[in-house]
Amino acid sequence: MNRMLIATLLMGTGLCAQAAQPDPKQVQQGEYLARAGDCVACHTAKGGKPFAGGLPMETPIGTIYSTNITPSPEGIGSYSFEDFDQALRRGIAKDGSTLYPAMPYPSYARLTEADMQALYAYFQHGVQPVAEPNRDSDIPWPLSMRWPLAIWRGLFAPDAKPWQAAQASDPVIDRGAYLVEGLGHCGACHTPRALTMQEKALNPQEGEAFLAGSAPLEGWIAKNLRGDHKDGLGSWSEAQLVQFLKTGRSDNSAVFGGMSDVVEHSMQYMTDADLTAIARYLKTLPPSNPNDKPHQYDRKVADALWHGDDSKAGAAVYIDNCAACHRTDGKGYTRVFPALAGNPVVQTADATSLIHLVLKGGTLPATHTAPSSFTMPAYAWRLNDQQVAAVVNFIRTSWGNQAGTVKPGDVADLRTSDMRQTSGDDLGQVTDH
Amino acid sequence: MANTLKKVDAVIVGFGWTGAIMAKELTEAGLQVVALERGPMQDTYPDGSYPQVIDELTYSVRKKLFLDLSKETVTIRHTVNDVALPYRQLGAFLPGKGVGGAGLHWSGVHFRVDPIELRMRSHYEERYGKSFIPQDMTIQDFGVTYEELEPYFDFAEKVFGTSGQAWTVKGEVVGRGKGGNPYAPDRSNPFPLVSQKNVVSAQLFQQATSALGYHPYNLPSANTSGPYTNPYGAQMGPCNFCGFCSGYVCYMYSKASPNVNILPALRQVPNFELRANAHVLRVNLDDSKQRATGVTYIDAQGRELEQPAELVILAAFQFNNVRLMLLSGIGKPYDPVKNEGVVGRNFAYQNMGTVKAFFDKDVHTNNFIGAGGNGVAIDDFNADNFDHGPHGFVGGSPMWVNQAGSRPIAGVANPPGTPAWGSAWKKATADYYTHQLSMDAHGAHQSYRGNYLDLDPTYRDAYGLPLLRMTFDWQDNDIRMNQFMVDKLSKIAQAMNPKSIAVLGKQVKEHFNTASYQTTHLNGGAIMGTDPATSALNRYLQCWDVHNVFVPGASAFPQGLGYNPTGLVAALTYWSARAIREQYLKNPGPLVAA
Repeated sequence: MNRMLIATLLMGTGLCAQAAQPDPKQVQQGEYLARAGDCVACHTAKGGKPFAGGLPMETPIGTIYSTNITPSPEGIGSYSFEDFDQALRRGIAKDGSTLYPAMPYPSYARLTEADMQALYAYFQHGVQPVAEPNRDSDIPWPLSMRWPLAIWRGLFAPDAKPWQAAQASDPVIDRGAYLVEGLGHCGACHTPRALTMQEKALNPQEGEAFLAGSAPLEGWIAKNLRGDHKDGLGSWSEAQLVQFLKTGRSDNSAVFGGMSDVVEHSMQYMTDADLTAIARYLKTLPPSNPNDKPHQYDRKVADALWHGDDSKAGAAVYIDNCAACHRTDGKGYTRVFPALAGNPVVQTADATSLIHLVLKGGTLPATHTAPSSFTMPAYAWRLNDQQVAAVVNFIRTSWGNQAGTVKPGDVADLRTSDMRQTSGDDLGQVTDH
Repeated sequence: MANTLKKVDAVIVGFGWTGAIMAKELTEAGLQVVALERGPMQDTYPDGSYPQVIDELTYSVRKKLFLDLSKETVTIRHTVNDVALPYRQLGAFLPGKGVGGAGLHWSGVHFRVDPIELRMRSHYEERYGKSFIPQDMTIQDFGVTYEELEPYFDFAEKVFGTSGQAWTVKGEVVGRGKGGNPYAPDRSNPFPLVSQKNVVSAQLFQQATSALGYHPYNLPSANTSGPYTNPYGAQMGPCNFCGFCSGYVCYMYSKASPNVNILPALRQVPNFELRANAHVLRVNLDDSKQRATGVTYIDAQGRELEQPAELVILAAFQFNNVRLMLLSGIGKPYDPVKNEGVVGRNFAYQNMGTVKAFFDKDVHTNNFIGAGGNGVAIDDFNADNFDHGPHGFVGGSPMWVNQAGSRPIAGVANPPGTPAWGSAWKKATADYYTHQLSMDAHGAHQSYRGNYLDLDPTYRDAYGLPLLRMTFDWQDNDIRMNQFMVDKLSKIAQAMNPKSIAVLGKQVKEHFNTASYQTTHLNGGAIMGTDPATSALNRYLQCWDVHNVFVPGASAFPQGLGYNPTGLVAALTYWSARAIREQYLKNPGPLVAA
């Protein structure tokens, strides 16, 4: 209803590039696809209008800002379908310049024509136009020159070829592959990048690096999504994955870091059929580590704590700060407080995410079907680097967990100005909302 | 001159349990709803963040979650012949402030009601005769029965995630030997969660009361016995018996509150808006005085704003509902001399007695742990479960060990005769801190002609409006009931073979003491009933005089219950909301002919 109204108004004011009457169903489909691609996540500044751009993104050479993709003159109001298609699937803006590969056009290259048309209809007719000029990057000259990006594009971006389902395969898995490799651009975070910044693999055929987990990005690890039990999704069932993507939580896990926004703004809007497709496809990815084995729970630490023995390094810190929710047996509480025993997030080779969580805490996003937004409080103010390292190591080596240890210096490296240890006088309590 | 905002379908004054329940129900009915909460926004995070919230000085001593007396208080006097003075330090009762209201700082004891207490006057007249009720006692029937309310008790328990053990479900006994209460009325469903575990002191109470032939049961508790998801999709964590419930935000998400159990669902709907720091001054009426047009409030910036609405819900704390009605000219103020008028009448409270037992060092009660809603109780002397005839008083009391956690500042109790300081105090504290228990007779409290609420003629609040005046004192019936109950408790204590006991009961001619905490269970003042001459609200909590104003809350109770009030408050609010949804919205007007 609203969308129709907006579309009508737009045409009335002549802001709309495409005069043809939009098909409401197509606009609606475009909205769904825009959710699947989580376009809003990058193309909206904090507190800004949807899709009006301006979100800063750190790159090794300087800060770039996402662009206005609303149907205004400042945005993409003047884009024809061909212009739009060139940008999304080939990475070429209307003025001929190459987009920064922060825009995942190598993934979008495989979108179907029908989906492109639907997205175009949505961005021309379903989005409120915003007169917000684009912001130049902070990248200094000569690095700010864009012509090398065209070379990068030539080297690393695939040809824009609509998705072809592998023959005789499961249509559900095919759908999952289309969403994960294409619009969902999961690899943008979850696939490691080469020195030249391209994703090491854009699909399973390109190698085992595909979705094998990233280096730290803004203080978080985008975890391995392959079949590894230790640090991947090996121990997760398809149903758990669906539940996780839809609600940000499963019986023994909770979303955190950058994935919170993905659940809140994108995944919770997906149909159960599409979430099932994504999950089923992800479950087809074999483990990266050929020697991967399922988690074996070890009672030793739980028994010691139960008997009042906190002699293991980090155990006392764990009891005082973590055990109320995550319990001395490391099993947490169903759907509320995640299990730490066997949790792939705490066993990644790089402990950045776990350290970050201990320092800064985390807030579970509220979703339509799971509206409770639980918060794990921050411990940066309360624990020093030695204590954080000790408790992280305790978690990574207890209840059968088998991950390497971290040093206090690793904790110090992750502390930023909002993660300082304080005297406790301010009690770290924030009362502003 | 107030700026007038865009009209909404319903405005709700106050965002505690009743405001949250009404907001949920009315948004489900498709109404555009605005809730105005005069206190600040507050939630489990950051206000209940661990470990900062485990701070007795900030929360219990300095009363972080309670009424800000610098802006508003009540005045109190014992009789109409006294001059009322402002309540300048919180003591006897602790009204909450901010989002969640009392529902954020409560303990979590979540009872239903004993059915006879809904028809108190009729029941006593039928069993004991009219003359059994003292002349100046103004107890009444609620005008609604337990059977009518049962579905709403049932749903409220599901929303709260209440732990407990049913005695009967649909007439079938299921709770014998499992901690069910044989005096409890029938239920349509078991509790959503099994009972919490019982601490040692509750087990001692269970053994002693069993030995005396009584019928101990597990307290129904809105502290969870395990993780829980309610019908709104809101989730709760498990209670870990940390002992910081009453007066605190629960950091485990395990004590039911509007913030944990309802607000998350409301945040997901577009037709609801919650405005914190919005202090309502009055309900505005049209010229006929029979219809409300909205409310006027002061926002966080100090601006006076008018919020027009089709429907006004007064969902503030008990005495604030009464005061808003008086300030707005809704209903005739009560006059105790003529015994006429309705707003302010039947102001009632709780009638509590406590007995503590002190043991030798071989009995470890570990009373630093606890949960606010947890414990073991008996109902053998509650409601009319025993023959009042020989005793000559009206009212009953559940009795219990409700170990809510002995905190370091206020939690130290020593045997009678122990000095209040010095080395003897220290020794006694070391000897007894983990070897004692405390029992309460919670005590129903009746309403009387002389206990009432009106506007104070002298004292005003920060906005220049008259404060509410409480005229209240203990009556002979209260003292005699209290002494009876404390005597029974003392015998239970003796049955535990303690080294000593301390008895805290009321003495003959004792006056109401504002400095000594009892409970925050204040009742009445805007009561429901069947007769507009003796009640401000009809049985659906709708004002008799202004049909588009509904007033849920314990202000609607004609007298105080033996049980804690929250369960009945919640059920009545759902009952009222259902009437609004199914009857009022289709045909706005009085739901009961006056």
